[in-house]
Amino acid sequence: MTAIFYISAAVAVIATSLTITRANIVHSLLYFICSLLATGVMFFALGATFVAALVVIINAGAIMVLFVFVIMMLNVGPQSADQEKARLRPHVWIGPGLLSLLLLVELVYSLVRYDTGVTSGQTVGPQQVGTALFGPYLLAVELASMLLLAGLLGAYHLGQGVMKITGRKS
Amino acid sequence: MATIPVEAGFIVAGLLFLTGLVGVLVRRNIIYILLAIEIMLNAAGLAFVVAGAHWQQPDGQVMYFFVLTMAAAEVAVGLSLVLQMYHKFNTLDANLINRMRG
Repeated sequence: MTAIFYISAAVAVIATSLTITRANIVHSLLYFICSLLATGVMFFALGATFVAALVVIINAGAIMVLFVFVIMMLNVGPQSADQEKARLRPHVWIGPGLLSLLLLVELVYSLVRYDTGVTSGQTVGPQQVGTALFGPYLLAVELASMLLLAGLLGAYHLGQGVMKITGRKS
Repeated sequence: MATIPVEAGFIVAGLLFLTGLVGVLVRRNIIYILLAIEIMLNAAGLAFVVAGAHWQQPDGQVMYFFVLTMAAAEVAVGLSLVLQMYHKFNTLDANLINRMRG
């Protein structure tokens, strides 16, 4: 089980360094999603199953989709179809695909073996995390919800101007 | 059961943070800078989770939850600022928008 941690750590470091060196932003995003999945497998190997699910659902799922939306919004036009065709060529997705396949093999292997090698031999499950979140950290959860509300209002306010500008252009 | 030393987790977190820092310093595209900030936040969260797993306490995972919340809010506002910038200046280069009108 320790091998799974080290392999996914290597995948995370490789994918992250490829993220900041690619010239094309879409390649970088694919590598960064791969790096986040590797982080998720590392959390799973550490016994932190709740954040392992959270990093896949929220970080790789929701936040990265936001990045993809913005990149797609920034190049709309007749040339975007050619760009789409170029993105479907294998050399774009073969690197992240292979790294993700390695992570999948690790995950299936650990699920078949069913043991999580934790740094001190015991998992900290979702129940303990939930008890801590809504017990001593209740005020911090409320503050986090206020922060998300502020983020929502800020994004709405800033996005409104963009919509007006694009409306005037078209 | 074989265990993972806590130092290994911290070294990985440090490497990831360093990669993100280099990304912020080297790249000039504003979307890359946001992405590198995301990398650094993730690395800091990884350090929290490693420490939480070492002491078998849920606090590390709770802190990662808060880091994730903060990252989501930051990305939402940051990306709408990127859209504004692109519509105003028609560029994503951070070096081109620091000039004053004079």
